[in-house]
Amino acid sequence: MSRIQTRFERLRDQGRTALIPFITAGDPSPAMTLELMHRMVAAGADLIELGVPFSDPIADGPVIQRATERALAQGVSLRDVLGIVRRFRETDSETPVVLMGYLNPIEVMGNVAFAEAAREAGMDGALIVDVPPEESHDLVDAIKAQGLDLVYLLAPTSDAARIEAIAEVASGFVYYVSVKGVTGASTLDIDEVSAKLDTIRARIALPVGVGFGIRDAATAAQVARVADAVIVGSALVGRIETLAEQGQAARIPTVIGDFLDELRTAIDATDNGGQYG
Amino acid sequence: MATRADDLAQGVPPALTAAPYQWPDACGHFGPYGGMFVPETLMHPLTELRQAYERYLADPDFLRELDADLRHYVGRPSPVYHAERWSRELGGAQLFLKREDLNHTGAHKVNNTIGQALLARRMGKTRIIAETGAGQHGVASATVAARLGLECVVYMGEVDVARQEANVYRMRLLGAEVVAVKSGTRTLKDALNEAMRDWVTNVDNTFYIIGTVAGPHPYPAMVRDFQAVIGREARGQMVEQTGRLPDVVMACVGGGSNAIGLFYPFIGDTEVAMIGVEAAGDGLDTGRHAAPLCAGEPGVLHGNRTYLMEDANGQIRETHSISAGLDYPGVGPEHAWLKDSGRATYVAVTDDEALAAFHGLTRTEGIIPALESSHALAQAAKLAPTLRKDQSILINLSGRGDKDMQTVARMDGLQL
Repeated sequence: MSRIQTRFERLRDQGRTALIPFITAGDPSPAMTLELMHRMVAAGADLIELGVPFSDPIADGPVIQRATERALAQGVSLRDVLGIVRRFRETDSETPVVLMGYLNPIEVMGNVAFAEAAREAGMDGALIVDVPPEESHDLVDAIKAQGLDLVYLLAPTSDAARIEAIAEVASGFVYYVSVKGVTGASTLDIDEVSAKLDTIRARIALPVGVGFGIRDAATAAQVARVADAVIVGSALVGRIETLAEQGQAARIPTVIGDFLDELRTAIDATDNGGQYG
Repeated sequence: MATRADDLAQGVPPALTAAPYQWPDACGHFGPYGGMFVPETLMHPLTELRQAYERYLADPDFLRELDADLRHYVGRPSPVYHAERWSRELGGAQLFLKREDLNHTGAHKVNNTIGQALLARRMGKTRIIAETGAGQHGVASATVAARLGLECVVYMGEVDVARQEANVYRMRLLGAEVVAVKSGTRTLKDALNEAMRDWVTNVDNTFYIIGTVAGPHPYPAMVRDFQAVIGREARGQMVEQTGRLPDVVMACVGGGSNAIGLFYPFIGDTEVAMIGVEAAGDGLDTGRHAAPLCAGEPGVLHGNRTYLMEDANGQIRETHSISAGLDYPGVGPEHAWLKDSGRATYVAVTDDEALAAFHGLTRTEGIIPALESSHALAQAAKLAPTLRKDQSILINLSGRGDKDMQTVARMDGLQL
C-alpha cells in the first residue's frame, strides 16, 4: 500500500479531513524549503505538495509564477527538488510528498530516470499538470512501475466521460480545481463544489482533494465539510513572498506554521471526515 | 488534350484534402508531435473549440462568409509577383513573391484572425483575447474585433510593448485593451501563458485567437487551415504564370503560420521542395537565436510537443532575433513533423543576412519587406544562383516592412 493510501485510510478511520499545503521548492531558498516542510508537518499537514519550478507555468496564477521565478533565479532544478525530498525523508518517513510540476523538465531528465530517482528520493506521487490521460503513456508507465501514485486534476468543466477516463489512470487521490481559473484565482462557491464532488465520487473511488481558491480558515472549514482533503497553495506562497520581499525570510517558517495551525483548527472544528470509498 | 498544368490551374485542391497526407490524427498529433498537453481546466474549452471548428469548416454557409470577407475586407487574392530585376541580379532561378504584405493590416496574420473571429461569433462568444509579439497578430485581432463589435484584450510582453510602441497605439486606436505582461522573460511566450490563463478563467464568453500554428490541438490544424488560402492561391497563380509548379517554396518560420499556409497545399507535390527559414539571430553557434528546428530539441511547451529551445534542466530559454515576429522558443508541431519526415527542410539565416535581404529587395524591386519575411528572402538569395534560370522559387512575402522602420533606422544609426 502506498504512503498516500495509508495516510488517507488512517484519516478516514479518524474521521478527519486531510490538510495539504503546497509550496514551490526553492522559494525563497532550497534550505528554507526543507525547514518549511518539517514545520508544516508539525502544524498539522497530512501530505505535502512540492512544486517543481518551470519557466512557463500555464496553470498557475501570478503568485505561484513569481515563486517559480524566485526559485529559477537560484537555479533550482528537478534534481535539486528530489534532493530536498531525500533530505526530508532522513527524518520523516511517514508524511507523503507529491511533486506538482510540468512535463518538460521531467522529459529532459528522462521518464524512467525520473521515476527511479523520485522513488529513491522518497517521493510518493506526481501531479504533472500538463499531462492529461490522453498523453505521455510512457511516463505514466514509468511512474507506475516504480509504485508511485499519479494524481490528476479535475475541473468544474470535466464531464462524466472525462471523470471516468481520469478514474482509470489516477491513484492516491484526485485534485478537484474548485474554480474556473488558475491557482490563486477568485473565491469558490461551496454549493457548486459540493454538487460536483457528488458527480466525481459516483465515478472515482479515490479521496478527492479540493484546491484553488482556499485563502483562509473560513474557506478551509467550508471545504472540509465536503472534501477529503483541503489543498492550500497561493495563500501560503503569497505569505512567503511578502516576508521575503520585506527582508524577513527568517520569519517564514513561523508565519506559515501559524497559518496552517489556524487552518488545521478550523478544519478539525467542523470536520465530518473523509467521504470517499 | 488537357495538360497537367491545365488541370492544376483549374483544380486547385480544396481546403482540407491534401490526401494522402492526413495529419493531424484525431488527437491532434503530427507523428510524435502536437497533441494536447494542457491542464484539465483547458480540456473542455479545447473540446468545445474543436467541435465548432470541425462543424463550421464543413459548413458551406460559414465558408461563404469567410470567403467573402477574405475577398472584400482583406483584399484577396493577393498577387504573385515575378521579381524579374532581383532574379536577374542574382543570376539564377526566377524569384516569385506571394504578396501577403498587400493584405489589409499588412501581413498574413489577418487570414487567420478573420477565420477565428467569425468562428467566435458563431459560437456566441462576445470577447476575444490574443497574444502578440511584434504586435502584428494583435493588430489583426483588434481589427477584426472592431469590425465584428467584439470586446478585445491583447496580451503583450512588457519588453515588446516598449519596442513596438506604434503597434500598441494602433491596437488601442482599434478599441482593444493591451495588457503588458510582466512575468517570465516578458516577451511573446509569456504573453501566450497569460492569454491561456485569461481563457481558462473567462471561457464562458471568451474566444482565444492564437496567432500561429502552435498551442494545443486544434489550434495548429485550425490556424493552418485558415492560412492555407495562401498556398492554394499561389499554386494556381504559379501554374497560370509559368505553366507549372515552382521548384521550391520558401517562407520564414517563427511559430510557422505563414510557412505552413504556403506549404500545406504543396505537400502532395513531392517535386516541389519546401524550405523553412528560421532566425539565426547573432548566429546559431552564439546561442543567441530563435531557431528551435535547426538547433533545438523536442520537448513540450504551450500545449504541444515540438522542437524547443531549452536548457539542460528543461527550462525554456530566452530567444533572440532582430525580428520580433520570429522571436519564439517553440515552433508549430507540423513543422517538427515535416522536418523529421524529410518532406521539408529547415535552415536559419542571421540578423545581418536578413537585413541585407531587406535592403536588397527594397532597392531592386521597390518593395519594403517585413524583417520576418526578409529571412526567407535572404535564403532565396543564397539558393537562387545555384539553380538554373528556368527554375523558380516561390517566396512568401508574409508582411510589409513599415513596422520595422525604427529597427532598421537604428541599425543605420538613425533615430526616427
